[in-house]
Amino acid sequence: MANILIVAEQSGGELKKGTLAAVQLANQLGGGFDVLVVGSGVGGVATALQGYGAGKIYVADDAVFGNYLAQPFKAATVAAAEASGAKFIVSTAGTFGKDFLPRVAGAIGAGMVADCVGLAEGGLFKRPMYAGNIIATVKANTERVVISVRASEFDNASPVGGESPIEALSVDVGDVAARFVSFDATESERPELTEADVVVSGGRGLKDGPTFWNVMNPLADVFSAAVGATRAVVDSWDEVPNDMQVGQTGKVVAPKLYVAVAISGAIQHLAGMKNSKTIVAINKDAEAPIFQVADYGLVADAFQAVPEFIEKVKAAR
Amino acid sequence: MKILVAFKRVIDPDARIKLTADRSGVDTDSVEYKANPFCENALEEALQIAEEHDGEVVLVSAGGPDIDKTIRAGLALGAERAIRVEIEDTVLDSDLAARVFAAVYKEEEPDIFFFGKQAIDSDNNQCGQLVAEYLGLPQACFASEVVIDDDGEVATVTREVDGGLETIALTLPAVITADLRLNTPRFAKLPDIMKAGRKTIDVMDLDDLDIEDTALKIELVSLEEPSARQAGVKVGSIDELVDKLKNEARAL
Ligand SMILES: Cc1cc2nc3c(=O)[nH]c(=O)nc-3n(C[C@@H](O)[C@H](O)[C@H](O)COP(=O)(O)OP(=O)(O)OC[C@H]3O[C@@H](n4cnc5c(N)ncnc54)[C@H](O)[C@@H]3O)c2cc1C
Ligand SMILES: Cc1cc2nc3c(=O)[nH]c(=O)nc-3n(C[C@H](O)[C@H](O)[C@H](O)COP(=O)(O)OP(=O)(O)OC[C@H]3O[C@@H](n4cnc5c(N)ncnc54)[C@H](O)[C@@H]3O)c2cc1C
Repeated sequence: MANILIVAEQSGGELKKGTLAAVQLANQLGGGFDVLVVGSGVGGVATALQGYGAGKIYVADDAVFGNYLAQPFKAATVAAAEASGAKFIVSTAGTFGKDFLPRVAGAIGAGMVADCVGLAEGGLFKRPMYAGNIIATVKANTERVVISVRASEFDNASPVGGESPIEALSVDVGDVAARFVSFDATESERPELTEADVVVSGGRGLKDGPTFWNVMNPLADVFSAAVGATRAVVDSWDEVPNDMQVGQTGKVVAPKLYVAVAISGAIQHLAGMKNSKTIVAINKDAEAPIFQVADYGLVADAFQAVPEFIEKVKAAR
Repeated sequence: MKILVAFKRVIDPDARIKLTADRSGVDTDSVEYKANPFCENALEEALQIAEEHDGEVVLVSAGGPDIDKTIRAGLALGAERAIRVEIEDTVLDSDLAARVFAAVYKEEEPDIFFFGKQAIDSDNNQCGQLVAEYLGLPQACFASEVVIDDDGEVATVTREVDGGLETIALTLPAVITADLRLNTPRFAKLPDIMKAGRKTIDVMDLDDLDIEDTALKIELVSLEEPSARQAGVKVGSIDELVDKLKNEARAL
């Protein structure tokens, strides 16, 4: 019996770091946690999680979970929740958790706290609304509660040693009227947006797709950074894939350093990056709203400023 | 083919959001209301599918009479009729909204039930998924492309997910939630706006839908504005920027 069940997020047998933010939330909630790993060939994910203090690690390893579909993942989670007796069922608030966790909530009659950014006195939860312009404190009135965790708001839990026991979980997924067809992965050698220490993002001021990359690639190289973009950019330029969008309706990041290049700073964009530790903005318009959240603002033409910035960063190290 | 679209009224996405003086709610004094942008994408997709497959598009919205204006705007875009479920959004949570929509589904029995992926006010991103669960239907969330086969039996949907684009095939009936890149919503033409005034908005209440349990699973307790980020400084040169990053922020 554990108080909490964490559903690990993994991709191709690799643990996603956001899962460790969920562990951090579980540690704050207290009362002990179990973990569920779902997928096909995910033994390594279970092993990677053994040193984090879980009471038990349930593994649903089966070909039916090889490609993600909401209903089978929901079925596995419900089965693990029964086995563990957990009151709280927790996973990450990326497109993974957002897709199947509401179904888990519906299936077990739980309320769902979406995008949890913290806990509050008296067993309450904090979550953003209105693109992060409001933080709501909410109460869950149900016996069991489903929570998706906004990973950028929590540190990654550190290993505590020990070796959590692993237990195979068999799941009846039932009939599913959905079928996986294909996955078109965004290929990138760079760190993932939500996991990177430094994020450099470009906006519509960078003219077009090829120019975007000509400016942003060398900048990303010098910081070993992930590259992000605004919605204006991913919507208009084919060379910049959708999953690079930072913002209310894209990814939420909080790196140590965020460099915004030729980005105006619309509220929907700020919602995805304003909790970064240090923000640098380069924009030729001194009135651009991005300067209201930037620690260091440089009013300049990006095409001249960025190459010079790169050279001087190299020299300063 | 019949298509239901959950169409929500929200505060203008570009409005400056602030709390009322007593901090009990969001200040709505001089704000404009609009359709939730994701719901506009959902409606547009439904209209395109209906045009191609000889279908009917029905809007469904939960709220008081003051949302009729937004519903009429949706009717002007080409939906044939609408259902408004009479309940104030102050006594709704995502779960009760979903149970309302699931009940409407049972009355209407559509082939596709479209939602926006999230409402840009409460940003919950869960109604569509909950409805799919309550009805035992397959779901495709965060859709950026929807293709319906000639027989109108299978929807092949591309989903925008972290790490790329995933395509799945759903046997209808199914729930689909729309992302912003699904399409570009059309604008209403003047004659259609006139015609929309004469289209039907059926009003139902929770009794009509046999919903007795109105307890909220998630309850708002209090609201706050996040502490504003300290505005920083403008640097005069790149040398100054690099110096501050190195010696002040220690970010290099
Ligand atoms: C004063 C006030 C008090 C509130 N109190 C609470 C509270 O105590 N607890 C709480 O959880 N919420 C509360 N809410 C928010 C609540 O009313 C939300 O509308 C509700 O949670 C359902 O929408 P969502 O934003 O969660 O939907 P999401 O899951 O983000 O929306 C997904 C999609 O569902 C559809 N949809 C959702 N709602 C509607 C609707 N009403 N009509 C048509 N389509 C819809 C749309 O297609 C939308 O794109 C309050 C709101 C106000 C203004
Ligand atoms: C429902 C909804 C959801 C949304 N979700 C998101 C989201 O998740 N993420 C997001 O980013 N947006 C989102 N948006 C869009 C958002 O409102 C803005 O339109 C968008 O962020 C603007 O992108 P931008 O800053 O690249 O472009 P613009 O606003 O056009 O700004 C371009 C900037 O570049 C500057 N510039 C131009 N040339 C140069 C130069 N040579 N050197 C330096 N600076 C230059 C200009 O001064 C300007 O400030 C959403 C909108 C809606 C309605």
